[in-house]
Amino acid sequence: MAAVQETVDKVKTLDVDAYKYGFFTDIESDKAPKGLDEDTVRFISAKKNEPEWMMEWRLDAFRRWLTMTEPKWARVHYPPIDYQDLYYYSAPKSAEGPKSLDEVDPELLRVYEKLGIPLREQELLAGVQPDPNARKVAVDAVFDSVSVATTFKAELARAGVIFCPISEAIQTHPELVKKYLGSVVPVTDNYFATLNSAVFSDGSFVYVPPGVRCPMELSTYFRINEKNTGQFERTLIIADKGSYVSYLEGCTAPQRDENQLHAAVVELIAHDDAEIKYSTVQNWYPGDSEGKGGIYNFVTKRGDCRGDRSKISWTQVETGSAITWKYPSCILRGDDSRGEFYSIAISNGWQQVDSGTKMLHLGANTSSRVISKGIAAGHSQNTYRGQISAHRKAVNARNFTQCDSLLIGNKCGAHTVPYIEAKNSSALFEHEATTSKISDDQLFYCMQRGLSAEEATALIVNGFVRDVLQQLPMEFAVEAQKLIAISLEGSVG
Amino acid sequence: MLEINNLHISIAGKKIIDGLSLTVADGEVAAIMGPNGSGKSTLSYVIAGRADYEVTEGSIRLDGVDLLDKTPSERAALGLFLVFQYPLEIPGVTTMTFLKAALNAQRKARNEDELSIPDFMRRVRGAASKLNIPLDMLKRPVNLGFSGGEKKRMEILQMALLEPKFAILDEMDSGLDIDALRVCAEGVNALRSKDRGLLVITHYQRLLDYIAPDSVHVMSRGRIVKSGGPELALELEKSGYADYIEEAA
Repeated sequence: MAAVQETVDKVKTLDVDAYKYGFFTDIESDKAPKGLDEDTVRFISAKKNEPEWMMEWRLDAFRRWLTMTEPKWARVHYPPIDYQDLYYYSAPKSAEGPKSLDEVDPELLRVYEKLGIPLREQELLAGVQPDPNARKVAVDAVFDSVSVATTFKAELARAGVIFCPISEAIQTHPELVKKYLGSVVPVTDNYFATLNSAVFSDGSFVYVPPGVRCPMELSTYFRINEKNTGQFERTLIIADKGSYVSYLEGCTAPQRDENQLHAAVVELIAHDDAEIKYSTVQNWYPGDSEGKGGIYNFVTKRGDCRGDRSKISWTQVETGSAITWKYPSCILRGDDSRGEFYSIAISNGWQQVDSGTKMLHLGANTSSRVISKGIAAGHSQNTYRGQISAHRKAVNARNFTQCDSLLIGNKCGAHTVPYIEAKNSSALFEHEATTSKISDDQLFYCMQRGLSAEEATALIVNGFVRDVLQQLPMEFAVEAQKLIAISLEGSVG
Repeated sequence: MLEINNLHISIAGKKIIDGLSLTVADGEVAAIMGPNGSGKSTLSYVIAGRADYEVTEGSIRLDGVDLLDKTPSERAALGLFLVFQYPLEIPGVTTMTFLKAALNAQRKARNEDELSIPDFMRRVRGAASKLNIPLDMLKRPVNLGFSGGEKKRMEILQMALLEPKFAILDEMDSGLDIDALRVCAEGVNALRSKDRGLLVITHYQRLLDYIAPDSVHVMSRGRIVKSGGPELALELEKSGYADYIEEAA
């Protein structure tokens, strides 16, 4: 009987659940004991071999966190998270710090291969000569919290660009980290950001020196792997005067029953005349067809247009996670600075999305543009929440917001919650919003031409989000289009 | 060959098609004429497989294949094409993308290889120039902001590219001025062939001046009440539908 039961269980695990990246990689991890107290924070800091000041920074955050309560204002519902029932640090075995790809656990490389990650190192290893005309992408691969491979380092170094794991930056560029870490998202900012400040494991660090145009797109692939491990990524990007950098972040995670907590913090700083473009494709496990499992994604992303004429642009394609709580924002501090937010948020099954942006106009002649496309299918709830504000000194502040929702089926919900606030009379804010449904007529028309119901839906949705897709770097746009089709599987018929 | 045999259709319990039979041979152009509410558009939707209609009896076959248990896309892949009376708009999807997606979906369903981009472009260019469609227009989203005439020309362009075995033209003349009608009708005439059957659904004789039918069928209250040659259309133009409506009652 036991054998039969085993077979039944096995078959169950092979179930139809369509999550393409739902596999589990067996890498023995080096993890902190379950639960969170000051010792956990010290353990993480010690693991990272951090200097005293960093550990104190973390401990301050932790003590602050103890006094805070979880925010409840978002339109998402989930059972209470037991923060003492989580692991706060896990690293793949090869965490000693590989000197080259030879030292990277082959299991890791296989995972990336399965995910289709264009890790150029693999080509180099296999002796494949890179196409000199191909656009270059440097990948700082984050596998369960620890960066295991960094590519194109030499070329970046020639340009003077620093692109490394933040744990490394703490060792090698403490002056930059000290100056900028927590300067956009303060330690005390919000419950999840404060938690992140206490226990962040790793993430990327980018510094682009004055006048340098970063010679390639920088990209990081995140992947949550270890069971019950909260992921606390910390990313810090600084574009010095007159520089430019484009950063791509892409995520997939293996399938899992327990909910996984993810609370990342991303801070961007753009000095005078600098520009940062930050693009995300997020495809974490959304939970099964009954709404079980899935990632809880509580992210704080904020960019500071610190200098005059600086520009920060966020582009995101959000298809995964059981719960998304995410508002990539811009502080438009410098005069004539500009913030942009382009978003596609797709929810299917039982997913709950509460996402949007904040554009805080502080400087004169600042402008911002928000294009949000929310698509709700299945039993999901999809909320756009956005705040546009102009402070007293922000004369001639301009904002244009367009917020479109598309409903598929009749069991889902789309909500728009704009907060608009102008403290000076010269501000000009525009807000447009639409809600529509894919009509049966449209579907029938496409199907009459030979498209299946699913192909037709994907086509119509791709049309709906086209304005935003066009903002994505080419390699991401293709991936995003495929992802949209995958995420909407089973949403019609 | 399209064969409709003793078709009965209801929608929400109301009978729309009531024992209709009709056969259109390969190469034949058949016209169905009839007053408003006689069930003409319903017939075209049901042949193409639109949901919401309940087929209570009868059969529809294309080249011997029963269509009724097939999805709309399967029917399309079998070679069925419907020129919509009101073509739908699809914001954000360029006409070019749509044409390519449709063509390749049908090819895939028939286990044929996808067309290469140059091959596809060659076909589109050829078909578009015959219909006086500038290529720039194909970069615009499907039917969005197109005039009535432009929309219908796009329908004919799709028909030319998809090369259906059988096409239904549902009131193709509605919303067209006389010049647009001529262009579209010429487009359709160019697609007439000995292998391809056409079913032309219309209120008016006018369209049949441009697309000359081989047979004409008068439809009233969900069935064919009279069939004849092209002369039947002319007769209707003079006398109207009144006689046939009474006959059917």
